[in-house]
Amino acid sequence: MASDYTIRLWRGDATGGDFCEFRVSVEPGMVVLDVIHKIQATQANDLAVRWNCKAGKCGSCSAEVNGRPRLTCMTRMNLFQPGETITVAPMKTFPLIRDLVTDVSFNFQVARQVPAFKPKAREADGTYRMQQEDIDRVQEFHKCIECFLCQNVCHVIRDHPEHKRHFAGPRMFVRYAALEMHPLDTNDRRELLKQKMGLGLCNITKCCTEVCPESIHITDNAIIPLKERLVDEFYDPLTRLLKKLTGRQ
Amino acid sequence: MAEPKYETHEYDVVVIGAGGAGIRAAIESSAQGARTALICKSLFGKAHTVMAEGGIAAALGYVYPDDNWKVHFRDTMRGGKFLNHWRMAQLHAQEAPARVLELEEWGALFDRTDDGRILQRDFGGHRYARLAHVGDRTGLEMIRTLQQHAVHRGIDVFMECTIMRLLKDGDRICGAFGYWRESGKFVNFKTRAAVLATGGIGKAYKITSNSWEYTGDGHSLALWAGADLIDMEFVQFHPTGMVWPPSVRGILVTEGVRGDGGTLKNSRDERFMFRYIPELFKAETAETEEEADRWYTDKKNARRTPDLLPRDEVARAINSEVKAGRGSPHGGVFLDIASRRDAEYIKRRLPSMYHQFKELADVDITKESMEVGPTCHYIMGGVRVHPDTAAATVPGLFAAGEVAGGMHGANRLGGNSLSDLLVFGRRAGLGAAEYARGFTGVINVGMDQVEAIAQEALRPFENTGEESPYVVQQELQECMQSLVGIIRTEAELRNAQEKIAALKERTRRVRVEGHRQYNPGWHLALDLKSLLAVSECIAASALERRESRGGHTREDYPKADPKFAKVNVVLRERNGSLTLAQEPLPEMPEELRQLLEEKQ
Ligand SMILES: Cc1cc2nc3c(=O)[nH]c(=O)nc-3n(C[C@H](O)[C@H](O)[C@H](O)COP(=O)(O)OP(=O)(O)OC[C@H]3O[C@@H](n4cnc5c(N)ncnc54)[C@H](O)[C@@H]3O)c2cc1C
Ligand code: SF4
Ligand code: SF4
Ligand code: FES
Repeated sequence: MASDYTIRLWRGDATGGDFCEFRVSVEPGMVVLDVIHKIQATQANDLAVRWNCKAGKCGSCSAEVNGRPRLTCMTRMNLFQPGETITVAPMKTFPLIRDLVTDVSFNFQVARQVPAFKPKAREADGTYRMQQEDIDRVQEFHKCIECFLCQNVCHVIRDHPEHKRHFAGPRMFVRYAALEMHPLDTNDRRELLKQKMGLGLCNITKCCTEVCPESIHITDNAIIPLKERLVDEFYDPLTRLLKKLTGRQ
Repeated sequence: MAEPKYETHEYDVVVIGAGGAGIRAAIESSAQGARTALICKSLFGKAHTVMAEGGIAAALGYVYPDDNWKVHFRDTMRGGKFLNHWRMAQLHAQEAPARVLELEEWGALFDRTDDGRILQRDFGGHRYARLAHVGDRTGLEMIRTLQQHAVHRGIDVFMECTIMRLLKDGDRICGAFGYWRESGKFVNFKTRAAVLATGGIGKAYKITSNSWEYTGDGHSLALWAGADLIDMEFVQFHPTGMVWPPSVRGILVTEGVRGDGGTLKNSRDERFMFRYIPELFKAETAETEEEADRWYTDKKNARRTPDLLPRDEVARAINSEVKAGRGSPHGGVFLDIASRRDAEYIKRRLPSMYHQFKELADVDITKESMEVGPTCHYIMGGVRVHPDTAAATVPGLFAAGEVAGGMHGANRLGGNSLSDLLVFGRRAGLGAAEYARGFTGVINVGMDQVEAIAQEALRPFENTGEESPYVVQQELQECMQSLVGIIRTEAELRNAQEKIAALKERTRRVRVEGHRQYNPGWHLALDLKSLLAVSECIAASALERRESRGGHTREDYPKADPKFAKVNVVLRERNGSLTLAQEPLPEMPEELRQLLEEKQ
């Protein structure tokens, strides 16, 4: 059975804008993105919104629904009461392009600075041997769909845009952790992390972990172990020297 | 010289499309020293490839040492009902393992066997467990790995930039013209060579696993530039898409569910696939449920379950069950893994399926059956290419991935797309870079053609009437779904052709609101042209092939016809209209033919 909802959508661009109200009849099973598409097809043809997979796999459709950062394609309408007003706003941390679409190029820029993966040599039989339990952790990091919701929610850049110059953000810490803990990698990124990527600015509030749609334990499994590695590294010159001489670990 | 009117870039090779095929092509082209641009409609890393679930087919032989390229070649040709270009199928089977290992060297982490090598999974139509995978998110692993590798190579990426037309200088390609989605401004690429890697056409159908991007742009760009398209009648309907609730209808349920032990059932709780085993696959398919279940662990002494027959067979079977009144409440059938594998195993092997059903349908797949039905998934047909170089029939044009035709014949096996992207993406990058290197002339872009495209593109803002691009798209999708779907007839196809012609006419009048900045209504209005062009191609080819084979089933010609076993249907645009011809398949060398005939 269809029921009516009121949706407030942000409409506007870099120069300004406002919330606009739409009345929509919602069928069972619909998600917020369906409702946005319905408005687009019937009431506001030029409404700007990003999406691709509609199944939580591509990380395109991020927005703030009633103030909470979410994938709109995975947010069921039955989360809300019929008659309730639902507010959908673009991610706040990134500059607005139009309506629900923001300029997320910051994330692509910091990605360019990540030192590349450098694998060690193959086994004699041409394979790489790795045990499943040794890669479970890194596979968790590889689940990241780059929705940038964690970047959006992190107060270090949300409240202080000027930090974007020297803070890579939780998504990138996940990326660094994936490389640093990759059993085949031989590159060392710790100094860069400390000096340029601003790992020290993170004060472990865990807001990023809370919004991650892939349930990646960003703080516990990526950020804290990275911080520990840096501490080991910088407070223990002897290990550092040894590591340098013997290669990693 | 005067400032050019439009933002202009110049490259040796321009790759249009940044899915697996496009990124792999760009990596290769840049490795060859060609100045390379990579262009995509969405953000970088969001192409369809990211959604692929089940895995990459490659005869690594880690799980079954008996596996090798010859078996993979044979499976691919049988799955494609022997219409595949033999040379593409051969190269694909031979090179896929090296391409998978290369991904590993670039940082991809596939699931492991007990002895620490890459684990391989069972999939439909593959004789051995062959798919390298990462749970059910293999595409994500693949695209991220390629994306990061491309970034480290310093390739220029133009994202949220849509190409509308290829530009030509005489016979050859000299550029590509498009617009930035963000600003709506036009942008011109001068180039020696262009690689099309734009993916498929699924948005022509109402029920589809494909995203908004799949509007057949690359197919149309090639057609309009004078290149040949082949096999456009072969559209793959994946047997298992979600059917309920309505808003998620069509979203894919990976074949991995069946690969990992799931089985299809009708409303009488029968495993109906045992009644639909075609002659070609009888010898290698289990006859009893007991044998089928044993096969998962004992490939030597048991034959494979009919649940894993090629997709065309399974989709037709589901269609028949539903028609016979034995479907599920919402018009699909049941896919049951809950009663066959424990919850722990299901969550580990199929995490995103678990998540997807739980979140979107309130179904716990470790406890209940899923409801599934066919969904438009993939197009086998596409740009006709040279198998070794991926060159299209227009000089300077190359194509790889879903937009290219020939590799999969009448039906694609699961897992063979991701491997196709890697093998032929690389070959296209190589081919294009070599072509660009050998090119000596000047690139001369006639601005008249550019101006005409720009004018045409802005028309929807000037049109008055009430025609909405969303309405036209919806009507087209209904038309294709009901008249050019899984089961086709001459009368329906002719009816579809009339409707498509009428919709084409209406498209000229669509009007969009607002301005050029990030305006999805306008983007759709422009995409409609390619969507209609490919729809026209599919309907015309489907009418021409008066037989049933693979992804093309004609109710009025229900049998395969040996005459049609020897030909491709080829489409070309000449003087503004579509022409069609039946042309003989390339001759297969004797030693490969023998591989197909061998009893295994
Ligand atoms: C849900 C799902 C699951 C799948 N699972 C598997 C699997 O397990 N195994 C397997 O082998 N296959 C699978 N497939 C099929 C496979 O994923 C696709 O066939 C494959 O990813 C296509 O790759 P591609 O590189 O050809 O194109 P895509 O990855 O689709 O990329 C197309 C690119 O072209 C760009 N583009 C399109 N038009 C234009 C234009 N006009 N201008 C500029 N850029 C343009 C797009 O933006 C995009 O970047 C699956 C498909 C789906 C939908
Ligand atoms: S835990 Fe660190 S990275 Fe995550 S939101 Fe808090 S400050 Fe930002
Ligand atoms: S870590 Fe999680 S929240 Fe952050 S971008 Fe990746 S998937 Fe999104
Ligand atoms: S549309 Fe892909 S995650 Fe929402």
